[in-house]
Amino acid sequence: MKLVYFAWVRERVGKAEEDIEPPASVRTVAELIGWLTGRGDEYAHAFEHPKSIRAAIDKTHVKSDTAIAGAREIAFFPPMTGG
Amino acid sequence: MQATIRLQREDFDAAAEAAALTRGRTDIGAVVTFAGICRGAESGEPIAALTLEHYPGMAEAEIARHVKDAQARWPLLGVTVIHRYGRIAPGENIVLVIAASSHRQAAFAAAEFLMDYLKTRAPFWKQVESKTGTAWIEATDDDDAAAARWRKPGGSEAAD
Repeated sequence: MKLVYFAWVRERVGKAEEDIEPPASVRTVAELIGWLTGRGDEYAHAFEHPKSIRAAIDKTHVKSDTAIAGAREIAFFPPMTGG
Repeated sequence: MQATIRLQREDFDAAAEAAALTRGRTDIGAVVTFAGICRGAESGEPIAALTLEHYPGMAEAEIARHVKDAQARWPLLGVTVIHRYGRIAPGENIVLVIAASSHRQAAFAAAEFLMDYLKTRAPFWKQVESKTGTAWIEATDDDDAAAARWRKPGGSEAAD
């Protein structure tokens, strides 16, 4: 699946997008964040405050307990500040 | 209902957009136009510019979803939402919301509803550029509270 990052999440991870293949044991958005955190310091830094991270699956807002099965694109970003 | 949603780097002309929405129509009795403009200071500090990042595809979809929601709540005859992205200097336009209806109540309410949701649910992020460098603007509880007051009792919003 494809991961995309925005704003300071993108800056901390150091890339705008990537393709990943998490193990089957990673079932929810929260578990995916946990798995990513173990991939390196840049991820640990980006996801150090999970409460400040918002997620979208296939361009729709989702909660952290949402299942990721079947997702094509998962986005992580800070709380929005548009308007 | 006529709905126009545009994300663009370029500036917009609020008066021309409002005129385009009402041209040739006699059923519209009220048009509320809201323009959000880049301030020259943030938390008391002068700024050089804002840079707006957005999530292409999702931003349009989120705005369209809330326009539909507004349409279901009020008898609207037209809505225009334009949100800019990229670098925006103080004094320049950032966002435009126009709501048209037969009567003012619906137009006022829908414009405010759309702005409150744009601020908290549409995937845009503002970065401030000043002489000390760049910094991401943090979301405020005030904006969350403004959006929350439109929530229907028993209604649900994903990922609050």
